Amino acid sequence: MLLNQFLLLSAVLFCIGVYGVLARKNGVLVLMSIELILNAVNINLVAFGALTADVGGEVFALFTIAVAAAEVGIGLAIVLLIYRNRRSIDLSEIDLMKG
Amino acid sequence: MSFLFGFAEPSSVPTSSTVAHSANWFLEYAWLVPLLPALSFVGILFFGKRMRYRGAELGIAAVSLSFLLAVCAGFAWIQHRDNFVLPDAASGAPATPGESYVAVQNSTQWLQSGGVEFGAGVLVDGLSVMMLLVVTIVSLLVHVYSTDYVGDDKRYTHFFAFLSLFTAAMLFFVLSDNILQMIVGWELVGVCSFVLIGHWWEEKPNSDAALKAFLTNRVGDVGLIIGTITLFFAAGGGHTFDTIKINEAIVQGEVGHTALVVASLCLMAAVMSKSGQFILHTWLPDAMAGPTPVSALIHAATMVVAGVFMIARLYPVFFEGMQIGGSSINLMATIGAVTLVFGGLLAFVQDDIKKVLAYSTVSQLGYMVMALGVGAWTAAVFHLFTHAFFKANLFLGSGSVAHAVHSFDMKKDMGGMRKFMPKTYITFIIGSLALAGLFPLAGFWSKDEILVGTGGWGLFGGTGGNGAYTFHLLMGVFGAALTAAYMTRCVYLTFHGEFRGGHAHGGHAHGGHAHGGHEHGGHAHGGHAHGDPHESGPRILVPLYILSGLAVVAGFANLPAGFQLVGDSWTERFGHYVEPYKSSYFPAIDHATPSWSLAVVASVVALAGAGAAIYYYFVKVDRLADQTQQSLTELPDGLSKSNALAGAGHRVLVNKYYLDHLYEGVIVAFTKGPLARAAYWVNQKVIDRTVDKAGETAVLVGRHVYDVVDQSVIDGFVDGSGRVSDATGEELRQINSGKVQNYAAILFAMAAVLAGTFLIIFAL
Repeated sequence: MLLNQFLLLSAVLFCIGVYGVLARKNGVLVLMSIELILNAVNINLVAFGALTADVGGEVFALFTIAVAAAEVGIGLAIVLLIYRNRRSIDLSEIDLMKG
Repeated sequence: MSFLFGFAEPSSVPTSSTVAHSANWFLEYAWLVPLLPALSFVGILFFGKRMRYRGAELGIAAVSLSFLLAVCAGFAWIQHRDNFVLPDAASGAPATPGESYVAVQNSTQWLQSGGVEFGAGVLVDGLSVMMLLVVTIVSLLVHVYSTDYVGDDKRYTHFFAFLSLFTAAMLFFVLSDNILQMIVGWELVGVCSFVLIGHWWEEKPNSDAALKAFLTNRVGDVGLIIGTITLFFAAGGGHTFDTIKINEAIVQGEVGHTALVVASLCLMAAVMSKSGQFILHTWLPDAMAGPTPVSALIHAATMVVAGVFMIARLYPVFFEGMQIGGSSINLMATIGAVTLVFGGLLAFVQDDIKKVLAYSTVSQLGYMVMALGVGAWTAAVFHLFTHAFFKANLFLGSGSVAHAVHSFDMKKDMGGMRKFMPKTYITFIIGSLALAGLFPLAGFWSKDEILVGTGGWGLFGGTGGNGAYTFHLLMGVFGAALTAAYMTRCVYLTFHGEFRGGHAHGGHAHGGHAHGGHEHGGHAHGGHAHGDPHESGPRILVPLYILSGLAVVAGFANLPAGFQLVGDSWTERFGHYVEPYKSSYFPAIDHATPSWSLAVVASVVALAGAGAAIYYYFVKVDRLADQTQQSLTELPDGLSKSNALAGAGHRVLVNKYYLDHLYEGVIVAFTKGPLARAAYWVNQKVIDRTVDKAGETAVLVGRHVYDVVDQSVIDGFVDGSGRVSDATGEELRQINSGKVQNYAAILFAMAAVLAGTFLIIFAL
């Protein structure tokens, strides 16, 4: 099986995700990028699971999907509240935690 | 019908104990009896308000069905007791039918943890079947009675819901086949009594009374739990809650005596609080703050008899632990004897008709506990049985009177009720005579058996029993006189003389009389407020008729052995069917022989007590009342006024032996006052002084250490580290920008570094 292709795809997705998280200013897009990172991991899990004929990989992928759904739910709720308060979701403006 | 009352073949596997696991349908499915009221509780709670009769019909239907099932179980038990054949374990040959007493146990595993099985199930034998009958019939009559009595109450539906739960809890308790389940039932009964005593919680005394009942019972529950744990570890090689197994282990002498002493003493504390034994009885009279039907239920069938039932159920524990056999004094019998006399004395000074009956219950419970204490098991259980009927009768009768005059105060608002309520009067008289133990009413037979059971009477043959409890016999006989006398007083004040009420019925004029005042408020239908009181309606009277009928005939269930007027097949039926004599889970108690002479003496003493009271009230007070044209409740120059000693005694009784003062005034105040001050003094003078000295020394040492070690060495080090972290923090502060993406960047950078490190490590 061509494991390399899967790993390559997942690495590309991961890098796009990381770029999105670091570079985009829009909160929603950052959340979407996080999803990309998680799905890159999922691809790895499923690919290795298939390679070693172990369902553990698929099971973990399912766990990740479930947790990701919850995380996005909370994340979007936070973004929505920030938008209501500030009329903007530009992440560079949100620095109340500055030390 | 034969398939219902026939009995199943005994199981092919012979069991070593006398417990059957399959039997008649009604015995196997006895758990339906508590289940029905429990379901009705849920039903009333959710749907009661929308029903036509606000939920009462559901409660009555469920309890009626339970009663029918209990009656069928009673017949089935009689069949079972007489015909069941248990194959002999050794030879396999069947024994004689009816010779052995075989309980029916039907249990299932609730959960298993660490090798210990927690079962849940029903144990059906004569004792539990008898309790099922008593509880269901009294509860049914109380239900019917309540539809009239609390008819106008705003929490009518709620009241019926908890009446159902109360019944269910008690039925669950008496059917328990293990002590863990008994605790559950025991506590459920306690909670229900709390709710029902505080039914009119808007008034402070009522909610106080409910709290007092609940908290006093908590005191005993500590004992209950410790006792249960002790039994769990001690009995049957340890680690079983099963009642029968525990009892069997004790009967076979497998349990150490010390463990049994501890267990029986702890359980005795629980019994004292639940069954109102002396020094923990104080909650019982206060519990009169609840509605009268609840009082009847608490005092006759549920709650207070739970303690007596528990002793009866775990009798081997007490029999061995208290060393009842062959002794002439033990703790349980003495507590019972003291309770019966002190409770009876207290009943003399009460003005509230319900409190007279409450103290009478305390006294009668004392009889039961004393009977158990002297080894007269059947007599105690039989007294429980008969007492349930006449005490329920008396309570409901007092409620009937109070319903008419809107008060419970005999001296202020009653008197002469005979003219207004002739039907209530007759039932009340029957109940009083039964309670006083006059031949041939129910109380006579059961009380006489208790006296016989003390074994303290050697005249003209008779007795025997488990020891010579002469002191307890004397207390019992004295108590019989007291009972007769205070009931005479109660009957006179309530039903004879001139009517004293009716003068203040415009409003809440009976201030300071909390529950009476409230019931007044609860029944403020204008027509009743003026004019003479009148007889209660049929829903109140019919339960009274039934109960007074039972108060007459219940005693015939256990005619003494050798009673010459009837055939032998009629004597001791109750004992034959109820007492697990010669079964593997019951101690080998001795039965006393009944004695005519004792019965005669006890009756004469009771009559003398009644006679003295009659002379005082019906002759002297009545005559004086006629002369002065007033309605009197006592002689103005009576004994308690003219004689200093009697006056002092009267004061002690009015203040309830100062027990409430002891609990509230002395124990609580002592804790708050002198004890707190003493603790403060010890604190200031002793502990503080020590601490001061230690402190002064420490200061001296400390100062030296401070100067040398601390300031130069440690402080330098600490200051240095502080300065370093300060500077580092200042640098690191730059990173803490508050921007989430910067953090993310650091995170990924660090992850990359880690990944690189791993790569290098694994590559090498």
